[in-house]
Amino acid sequence: MTTWMKSAATIVMAATALLGCGHKEEAATAGAGGGTQLLAQGGNVIRIGHVAPLSGGDAHLGKDNENGARLAADEINASGGVRLGDKIYRVEILGEDDKSDPREGTLAAQKLVDAGVVAVVGHLNSGSSIPASKIYNDAGVVQISPSTTAAKYTEQGFNTAFRVVANDNQQGTAMAEYAINNLKAKSVAIIDDRTAYGQGLVDVVEHVLKDHGVSVVGREYTNNKASDFNAILTKIRARQPDVIVYGGMDDTAGPMAKQIRQLGIKAPLLAGDGTCSPEFIKLAGDGADILTCSRAGEAVEKLPKGAQFMAKYKAKFGTDVQIYAPYAYDAVYVIVDAIRRAGSLDRAAIAAAVAKTDYDGLTGHISFDSKGDIKNGAISMFHVEGGQLNYLSTTR
Amino acid sequence: MGSLDTFVQQVFNGLVLGSLYALIALGYTMVYGIVNLINFAHGDVLMVGALTALSVIALAQAMAPGASGWVLMIVGMLAAIPVCVLLSLLIERVAYRPLRNAPRLAPLITAIGVSILLQTLAMIIWGRNHLTFPQLLSSEPITIGPATATATKLLVIALSAIIMVALLLLVQYTRLGRAMRATAENARVAALMGVNPNAVIAATFAIGAALAAVAGVMYASLYSVAHFYMGFIPGLKAFTAAVLGGIGNIPGAMLGGILLGLIEALGAGYIDQISNGVFGSNYQDVFAFIVLCAVLILRPSGLLGERVADRA
Amino acid sequence: MNSVPLNLHQHRRSALLATTLIALVLLVLPLVAQWLGPAWVRTFAFAALYVMLALGLNIVVGFAGLLDLGYIAFYAVGAYTFALLASPHLTENFPSIAQAFPGGLHVPIWASIPLGAAIAAGFGVLLGAPVLKLRGDYLAIVTLGFGEIIRIFLNNLNEPINLTNGPQGITLIDPVRLGPLRFDHTVSLLGLQLTSLQLYYYLFTVLALLCVLVCVRLQDSRIGRAWMAIREDEIAAKAMGINVRNIKLLAFGLGATFGGVSGSMFAAFQGFVSPESFSLMESVIVLSMIVLGGLGHIPGVILGAVMLSVFPEFLRHTVGPLQMQLFGRIVVDTEVLRMLLYGVALVIIMLYRPKGLWPAPQHGVAPASAPPSAAQPQTGA
Repeated sequence: MTTWMKSAATIVMAATALLGCGHKEEAATAGAGGGTQLLAQGGNVIRIGHVAPLSGGDAHLGKDNENGARLAADEINASGGVRLGDKIYRVEILGEDDKSDPREGTLAAQKLVDAGVVAVVGHLNSGSSIPASKIYNDAGVVQISPSTTAAKYTEQGFNTAFRVVANDNQQGTAMAEYAINNLKAKSVAIIDDRTAYGQGLVDVVEHVLKDHGVSVVGREYTNNKASDFNAILTKIRARQPDVIVYGGMDDTAGPMAKQIRQLGIKAPLLAGDGTCSPEFIKLAGDGADILTCSRAGEAVEKLPKGAQFMAKYKAKFGTDVQIYAPYAYDAVYVIVDAIRRAGSLDRAAIAAAVAKTDYDGLTGHISFDSKGDIKNGAISMFHVEGGQLNYLSTTR
Repeated sequence: MGSLDTFVQQVFNGLVLGSLYALIALGYTMVYGIVNLINFAHGDVLMVGALTALSVIALAQAMAPGASGWVLMIVGMLAAIPVCVLLSLLIERVAYRPLRNAPRLAPLITAIGVSILLQTLAMIIWGRNHLTFPQLLSSEPITIGPATATATKLLVIALSAIIMVALLLLVQYTRLGRAMRATAENARVAALMGVNPNAVIAATFAIGAALAAVAGVMYASLYSVAHFYMGFIPGLKAFTAAVLGGIGNIPGAMLGGILLGLIEALGAGYIDQISNGVFGSNYQDVFAFIVLCAVLILRPSGLLGERVADRA
Repeated sequence: MNSVPLNLHQHRRSALLATTLIALVLLVLPLVAQWLGPAWVRTFAFAALYVMLALGLNIVVGFAGLLDLGYIAFYAVGAYTFALLASPHLTENFPSIAQAFPGGLHVPIWASIPLGAAIAAGFGVLLGAPVLKLRGDYLAIVTLGFGEIIRIFLNNLNEPINLTNGPQGITLIDPVRLGPLRFDHTVSLLGLQLTSLQLYYYLFTVLALLCVLVCVRLQDSRIGRAWMAIREDEIAAKAMGINVRNIKLLAFGLGATFGGVSGSMFAAFQGFVSPESFSLMESVIVLSMIVLGGLGHIPGVILGAVMLSVFPEFLRHTVGPLQMQLFGRIVVDTEVLRMLLYGVALVIIMLYRPKGLWPAPQHGVAPASAPPSAAQPQTGA
C-alpha cells in the first residue's frame, strides 16, 4: 500500500472513531428528523429548546432570556411537573448559542430539531430567528420568540412562528408618535446600525414621521460592532435636529449616548427595545439620561406579578432582569399550557394548541392572531433618570 | 454651526482616531520590519492591556476611593504595560520563534490561532459581556476654537505624539535603535557585527506590546467600554494603516495611522457631499478602503515604503 | 507518492483500490450520519461546500502564490446571484421584472449555477486587474478591503434601488430542482428514503469531486505550471515567456469561479442569504483550512477543509455530554472550549508541521527508501 493510501485509511478510521463516540444519547432520542411522530421521551422529560446569543455584544441579553426560560422550567418542575395521562414529566431546557449569527442560528435550530425538542423559545435577534424559522417550520416544531420584533418573522406564512412581543411596525409607530406628541420634534436625525432589526425599526419610524410632516434632517449609518460615532454625530450636530432616533442595540447605544454628550449635542436620544436595558445605563455613564426608549410589551415592573418576578429572578441569578427574560418565561409557560391542552407531546398537536392560546401570563394576556403575532401587543415607553429606567406610558 | 466649524471638528475627530491607529500600527510595522511577520494577535494584546487596566483600576478604586482620575489612569497603564510585554514575549518565544524559517504563511496561521486563544482566555477571565471602563477623566466638553473636545481625547493626541517622538529618537539615536535597524536590514550581517538578533527581536516585540498596552487603555477610556473582542477592529484598521504608510517603515506607520483616522472621519462626514447623495455614511468603510487601494495602486509599497524586492 | 512502486500495474491497482474505497465511504456516509443525527448530514454537506471553497482559494494562494484575504466575496457574489435569480425578491421590487416573469423568477440550476460562477469570475478579474503589481502583504490588504467592500455593498444596496435587500437579506430562495426532484422534500430513490439534507450532501459531494478533477487537471497543465512558476519567481517566469498578467488574472478568475459555484449552492441549501454570513472571519477560516491542510497540495487542502469544518461541529455535539459524563456538570462552556481547542489546534499544528498536515511531496528530493540510483540531483525545494 502506498503511503498516501495508508494516510487516507487512517483518516477514514479516525473519522469514524470520532463520529462514533459521544453520540449515543442523541441517537436514542432523535427521531428521523421532522415529521409528526410521537417522540420517545426517555425518563419522562419534555425538552424545550432555547436559542439566543451567549457570546458577542448581545450575550447579556441572551443569557437574560435563557435565565427567564430556566426560571419557568424550574418553577414548573418544582410545582409537580406536567401531567399527561398517568405520567409526570419534567421540563428540560436545551440551550444553544447562536452568537447573533444567522448561520449559527440555523445550525443550532437543526441541532435542536434533531435532539427531539417539542418546541423552541427563541431566537433573540431577528436576523437569526428568520432563517431558523424555516427549519422549525419544515420540522413542524413550534417556535415562540420572546424578543424578535422584525415584522418579516411572522410574514413568511409559517404556522409555527409565534412571538409574545409586539412587532416593529407597532414599535416604530409608537416611537414616532412619542417623538411628535411628547418630544414635540419638528426635525429628526436618524441613525441605524445596518442590521435587520435596527434598519427595519427606523424605517417604520421614518415613514410615520414623514407622514406627519416631520423633517428628517440626517440619515446616518453605523454598524453593530462600532464604537466610534464621532464623525456621524458631528455631522448630525451641524444639522441641529430636535431628536436623534437610533435603531440598534444597547452595546452600541451606550457609547453613542456618551459621545453625544461629549460633543455637546443637546438633543434627546430615542431608541427601541434593544437599548432599553440596565446595560445601556452602565455603558452610557453620564450620558445615559438622554435616552427615551420603547419596549415591545407591557412594563413588567408595573404588572401585578411583575415585582415578584423581578425579585425571584434576582434571588436566583444575582443580576437584574435585562429586557426579555419575562417574555422567555411566559413563552415556556405558553408551551406547557399548550401541551396540557393538547394532551400529547406530538409536535403538530402542540403547534395547533399554541395557535389557540388564551393564557394570562406574567406579561399580560397572551393570544395570537392568524400570523402568529400577539394580539393587543403593547408598547411601553421608558426614560432614563438618575441611573434608572423610569416608566412613562403604554400604548396598545 | 458653520461648515468650517464642522470641518475642524471632523479633523479633530480624525486626529484622535488616527493617533490611536498610529500607536497600534507601530507595533505591527516594527515586528514586520524585523521578522517579516504580520502579528495578527497584536490587536488582542491591546485588548489584554485594556482589560488588565480595567481590573487593576477597579482594585485601586476599591482600595483608595478618593484617588484622582489621572492617578488611576497612570496606575492602569503601569499595570497593563508589563502584562502585555510579558505576554508578547511569551508568544514570540513559543509561537513565532520556531517558525522563523518556515514557509511564509505558517506564522500567519499561528498568529491567527494565538489571536483566538487570547480572545478565549479573555472570555474566561473577564466574561463575555461588555464591561464598562470607568470614566477617569472628566467628560465635560472642552471647547477649543470651533471644536469640542474632552480631556481624554486631548490626552490621546498628546500622549501619542510624545510616544511617537520618543520612539523615533530611540530608533535613530540609541544603540538598541541602531541594532533594530541593522537587524531589520540584514539579520545575519548584524549578528556578525555583534548584535544578538534574538534579543533585538524580543525587544521589538516588547516595545510594540507596550505601545499596544497604552493604546488599549486609551481606547477603553475613550469609548468607556472593554470586552474580549475589542481588539479585532482596531487591530485590522491599524494593520491597514501600517500598510498604507509602507509596512516595515516606522514613520510610515505614524503617517499611515493619522492619515487613516482622518480619512475615516472626513469620509464619514463628507461622503454624501462628495458623491452627491448617492452614498451615505453607510459606505464610510468602503471609502477608506478605496482610498487605500488608490494609494497602493499608485505607490505599490505604501506611502513611505521602500521598493521591496520582487520576491513575493 | 513517496515510495515509488517499480511495477506500474501495482501503482494503478492501488490507486483504483483507494479511489473505490473513498467513493464507497462518500456514498455511505450520509446514510450512516443520518442514524447519528441529521445535523451531521448538514455538517458534511457544509464540509463539501468548504472543500470547494478551499480548492478555489488554493488556486489563488497555493498554486499562484497570491495572498488573498477577501476570498469570501466571491462566495457572496455566487450566493446573491443565485438568490436573485431564484426568489421572489426581484419580482417583488421591480414591476418590470414581475411583468416579464409572471410566474415568478425561478431560474433552473443548470442556468443559475453557471451564471453565478461567471459573475463571480468577473469579480475575480475585476479584483485582479488593479492589483497585479502588488506583492505579499500589500496584496493581502487590498484583497481584504475588496472582500469588505463587497460585503458592505451587499448590506447597503437596498437604496435607491433595492438590489440586495440590505441587512434583511433575501429569503424564500428556491431549493435545487433536478427535473421532477425537489431537494427540499424527502424522495424515494432506488428503494431508499433520502432526506433533503442527504440529497444536498450528494449534490455537493459530486460538485466537490468535479472541482477536485478540475484542480488536478489544472495542476499538471501548462497553466498550472505557469502559476507555480510565478509563485516561485515572477521575474524568472516572465523571462521564460509566461504572460504574468494573464496568468494572474486567470488565477483570480478561476479561483473565484469555485467560490461562485459553492456560493450558489449555499444559497439554495439555506434558502436565505444575508451579508452577515460573508464576514472577514470566513475568509480567514478558509485560508486557515488550506494552510493547515497543506498549501498547494490538493489532498492536503481537502483534508484541511474537512477537518476545520467538521471538528467544531463534532465538539459542539460531544463536549457537553462528555463533560456531563466526566464531571456531572458543565465545567467549561461548550462555546469557549470550542474556540480554545480551535486556537490550540491552529498553533500546535503549525508549530509541528509548518508546511501543513499533508504537504506537497518535495520535488527532486531523493526519497529515503528508494534504491540508490546513478544521478539523483538534490534540489532542495
